[in-house]
Amino acid sequence: MSPGSPKFYGLNTVHKFIVAVLTSLCLLVLTPAIATASLQDLVQTNAKLITKSSSKTVGPVLDALQQYGGAEAERFLTDWQAKKLYFIKESGRFVLAEKAAKSADGKKQMLIRDAVTGAEIGLVSTKSIKQIKPNSGVRSKIAATLVPFQLGNPDPDIRETTLTTLLRDIQSSHLAPLKAAITNETVPALKVQMEKAYVFGMLAHGTDDAEVEQAIRGLAGDLSLDVRAALTPMLTSTVRVATTLPDDANLAREITPGRTIKRSDGSAARLSEFGGKDAELSVVTAYEMMVAAGLAPAFVTRAMRDEALIAATVDGKVGGYPTSGLDSDTARDAAYQQLVDRGVAPQLISDQARQQAVDNARFFAIYDNPSSLVTDAARDVLNAIQTKVTLYKYIDLLVDALSLASIYFLAAIGLAITFGVMRVINMAHGEFIMMGAYTGYVVQLFVPNYTLSIIIAVPAAFLVTFAAGVVMERLVIRHLYKRPLETLLATFGISIALQQIAKNIFGTQARPLTSPDWLDGAFAVNDVLAISNIRIAIFFLALLFLGLLLYVMKRTRFGLETRTVTQNPAMAASMGINPDRINMLTFGFGSGIAGIAGVAIGLYSKVTSELGADYIVQSFMTVVVGGVGNIWGTLAGAVMIGSLQKGIEWFNPSNTLAAQTYMIIFIILFIQFRPRGIIAQKGRAAEA
Amino acid sequence: MAQLLHVDNVSVSFDGFKAINALSFDIGEGELRAIIGPNGAGKTTFMDIVTGKTRPDSGDVRWGATSISLLKRSESQIAQLGIGRKFQKPTTFEDQTVHDNLMMSLANRRNPLAVLTYRRSAHDEDRILKIATQIQLADSLARRAGALSHGQKQWLEIGMLLAQEPKLLLVDEPAAGMTAPERAVTVSLLKELAKTRSVVVVEHDMEFIRALDCRVTVLHEGTVLAEGSMDFVTGNQQVIDVYLGR
Amino acid sequence: MSDLLQRTVLTRHLISNPSVLVFLGVLALVSIAVTILGEGFGIGVISTSFTKTLGKTLCLCMIAIAMDLVWGFCGILSLGHFAFFALGGYMIGMWMMFARTKMIVIEAARNNALPPSPTEISEAVGTQIFGVVGGAEIPAIWAFADLFWVQLAFVVLVPGLLAFVFGWLAFRSRVNGVYLSILTQAMTLALSLYLLQNDSGLRGNNGLSGLQNIPGFDHISQGTLSIIFFLVSALALAVTYIGAMAVVDSKLGNIVRGIRDDEARVRFLGYNVESYKLFIFVLTAVIAAVAGALYYPQAGIINPTELAPIASIYLAVWVAIGGRGRIYGAVIGAAFVSLLSSYFTGGQAPDIPLGFATIIWTDWWLVLLGLSFVVVTIYAPQGLGGLIDRFTVRGKE
Repeated sequence: MSPGSPKFYGLNTVHKFIVAVLTSLCLLVLTPAIATASLQDLVQTNAKLITKSSSKTVGPVLDALQQYGGAEAERFLTDWQAKKLYFIKESGRFVLAEKAAKSADGKKQMLIRDAVTGAEIGLVSTKSIKQIKPNSGVRSKIAATLVPFQLGNPDPDIRETTLTTLLRDIQSSHLAPLKAAITNETVPALKVQMEKAYVFGMLAHGTDDAEVEQAIRGLAGDLSLDVRAALTPMLTSTVRVATTLPDDANLAREITPGRTIKRSDGSAARLSEFGGKDAELSVVTAYEMMVAAGLAPAFVTRAMRDEALIAATVDGKVGGYPTSGLDSDTARDAAYQQLVDRGVAPQLISDQARQQAVDNARFFAIYDNPSSLVTDAARDVLNAIQTKVTLYKYIDLLVDALSLASIYFLAAIGLAITFGVMRVINMAHGEFIMMGAYTGYVVQLFVPNYTLSIIIAVPAAFLVTFAAGVVMERLVIRHLYKRPLETLLATFGISIALQQIAKNIFGTQARPLTSPDWLDGAFAVNDVLAISNIRIAIFFLALLFLGLLLYVMKRTRFGLETRTVTQNPAMAASMGINPDRINMLTFGFGSGIAGIAGVAIGLYSKVTSELGADYIVQSFMTVVVGGVGNIWGTLAGAVMIGSLQKGIEWFNPSNTLAAQTYMIIFIILFIQFRPRGIIAQKGRAAEA
Repeated sequence: MAQLLHVDNVSVSFDGFKAINALSFDIGEGELRAIIGPNGAGKTTFMDIVTGKTRPDSGDVRWGATSISLLKRSESQIAQLGIGRKFQKPTTFEDQTVHDNLMMSLANRRNPLAVLTYRRSAHDEDRILKIATQIQLADSLARRAGALSHGQKQWLEIGMLLAQEPKLLLVDEPAAGMTAPERAVTVSLLKELAKTRSVVVVEHDMEFIRALDCRVTVLHEGTVLAEGSMDFVTGNQQVIDVYLGR
Repeated sequence: MSDLLQRTVLTRHLISNPSVLVFLGVLALVSIAVTILGEGFGIGVISTSFTKTLGKTLCLCMIAIAMDLVWGFCGILSLGHFAFFALGGYMIGMWMMFARTKMIVIEAARNNALPPSPTEISEAVGTQIFGVVGGAEIPAIWAFADLFWVQLAFVVLVPGLLAFVFGWLAFRSRVNGVYLSILTQAMTLALSLYLLQNDSGLRGNNGLSGLQNIPGFDHISQGTLSIIFFLVSALALAVTYIGAMAVVDSKLGNIVRGIRDDEARVRFLGYNVESYKLFIFVLTAVIAAVAGALYYPQAGIINPTELAPIASIYLAVWVAIGGRGRIYGAVIGAAFVSLLSSYFTGGQAPDIPLGFATIIWTDWWLVLLGLSFVVVTIYAPQGLGGLIDRFTVRGKE
């Protein structure tokens, strides 16, 4: 723990005192002239350190310059850093130089000025001066030294950039100027930043526990990542084993091997069966720790026992036991016991005995920081932050669920129209989604501007899939209106064919559908919660669709005719509505919407020939769970399935496959209790 | 006359529309009863409730001498108790022969294993032939039901109900789409049936009901408007207003 | 008594159904031909791999019969029967893989200084089998994997139980028609997703492999094994065919067709429709499972992609092309389409140059199959079986 090490935490008071003394001693020895002399004297006294600087040796003079302070020192440092500093070879005087006209006899000349005062000295031969070229290590040290100067700079932009540098690596020498800068700072945002930087400095370099505690408590409620990153290292701990718990140590937690886990604040929690985590310390490792600490005799593993037996085999026998009979653990244990009795092997320790030994010892972790004042504060603050973070995680989950629900809604709503309104099951619906996505991809091949291409792709996808839907209705569906199961199979045939055609044309690899820049970013609420713009866009697209469909179905002539045909085709026909035309258009409309959904889904995930197949079962589930023949039902179904899937994933984040499995099982069970979906049709119409 | 079916204050509504509204009436054992009423009076819904297809919102339907409730029972259980139903449209199994249609309807054990191991017996074949004769289809036993005429299908369905040996027969518009001679046969068939069991006939055709010569219940908006002999109900002013007068 | 029963039921059955005799004759001829031409016992004109393809086709015919019973006769378009098929395969595969790995482990430990202990064996087997999914412990569901008869019982019991529970739930709540189809598809998807997980206990997407080696029969060549499996599959198919015909011809067959055509009417006749559907559903699930247990030892490997929902759709395709509501239709459809399919996707079919492009059958076969399926559904709803009926049954009407 030398004074030069950049970061060290929580030394006890004795250590701190020694360090403080050492530091000041260094300064005293190396720079004797700091307090009294002028800047000129200061730099000239340390001339050697400046001209032949290296990052190892330059420290003292930089410290001295920083201590000296003022605009002159700042200018000197800035020039030094910018390689503008020269010195006169003869006198060693520091000067600034710029090119001047050649002398009468043709020699190169430079105009020099005093590096400290800036007073012009005159023209000299270029050869008589030498440029000082600090290496990058030195330059960064100079930059750090400049920090306090620049913190007081009148230009807020400079203050801000300096602060950013500072936050990356804050040193103890920065604390005092930072504190001074805080009081003088006029820009509120910068002031907050500076206060934060000061707190971080305190955490890293603070020497007074009370001060550090105060600094930590000042961070309460801040959710940013750097706060958590600064606090977490204060709570590192080391696991120990002993026969009794120590009284004087800063105890983090007591560990029950195999039973407890470590929480992020260093305390222990009971192992939960559903947490998906392993215990912090297994019984085996715990016992190994005891052995290492000399608290227990070494454990004889099965492999060690068997080796001992093999080694002791003479003429196919171990003691009285023939090796051919040693085909079970009981037999081998018995044979080994003979070796133990003879004193040639260590005693076997049974699993129970090991457990017993582990139970009798105390396992615990001690905070690396000895001050409980500091660790308590850090723990309190971190826990408070954690609570808030958890809250935001829930909100994040909610947003996730909502955006998944939006996707399911988009994927399913076209299906809800064809299935719900026309009672026609279209297994190729997923392939219409895929067609929409590929349409978007093809448009992007020709229109390189992403924003424009998306604007073109949406109507293009609608038209392509609308046409495909109309063709399919005319050629296939029309012949099968009375045979729903056959429709299912025929459309599945089409689905297989379309998928394979897409594979043949576009290949099996995923094609990108690139979103424009303005969709790429995220709406960041804080460091925990950031909602990507594309999700927001999809959410609004879903809302738009909902509104649009409600309008079309409830307010337009087309919607009215569609509903009429659904309820009574014969009556509709007698009133001059052509059911064939309406069916065709409805099917086309539903398919067209699938195409637009395809563009949206393509932006969200990659475009492959299996894109549609991935969504088809979920889409049907959405329609069925929501209640057939009702736009609101589809919305309810999408919200339910989306939140369900995210909710299950939340409990078991590592396993989305299992989440999908459980979700489908849940849906199968749900249909038991509400066979007609969330929003059910009632009465005679439902019997049909 | 012992009471067979007791409908007690039953109500049911679909989406706010009250299809049956506090309906109560009784059917006695061996009774022939006609139910008439305008469209939407709740005739078919009443049958749905008795046969277990629709569950009422309130009220109770009780059956037989022991007066057991039918509400908790499934369609098949109710059918096994002895309530047979003939649908408005003739519903036979058109893909199967007349013989098989009747064979399936015979009052034998109904569980899958018994049915799987069922073997034709002389007794059953005898009954099938007897019923077929009664419904005038003895010559058509080997024909597919789908190949029969409309009237023959109606009879086949009645024959299937006979084979079920029900205690109560619910018959929905048996004369619909029949020629005059076919109607006459149907009337005598129903009268013959009513000698050995209770029969409830729902019908629009007043002439047909008059020919049945039985007690008549008039339904209107899901409730009983009038009940009595044909002459009595046709003389009732309310009935004339809501039904006959139109 | 049993003799009498056989004489009455079986003979009456055979006489009233000449198609059974025709079918059994053809199957016997094919079996004899394959035995004579195969590599195992005969002259070796038919390669071992093709014998296996033929044997597998027989298993597919079996599951097609199951599909025809449940769909063609009972009207339930199940998209889940391949799940039962695969489950049957998994159950027998567990025994094959476990027993064989155990034998290999014991063999490898023969020269160890100490004879292997049961713990060591089970650890070694665990590492061998589950190493690919990062595990070494043997999951609880493998508890009986060493016992052939138990796993054989599981072939029937596990899919049967799944079908029972699923069917009971679905039929009880009167889920019908396309809803039921979608629900069965969802069941299949759920099962395949579950099996895809590494911690499903069935080796995730690796599935079970090495099933072509029968534990304890390493000394018998694959050529001989393929013939034996072919003959066993043929026998199973024959039994299934006769059994299915018996079911269809019984009064239960009448009821089940009645349910297909007018479910409500059957209900008002006093039959509990749900229990009939459940009976057929479970029966066919068991047939599918047995077919799967015979299929996968011939295929050699089983993994969760086998029960992707699309497989069950293919099954429906075979039955539809063969002709629903006819047991022989299902057999013809399955044999015809699956053999054609393996011909086209196996790369044997010659490419067709069109000048501007070449039709590569491995790429375009699925397109052709999908579209031909549409054509069959619209224009020949009776399938190939319908064509046969035209020549044979017409005289009767």
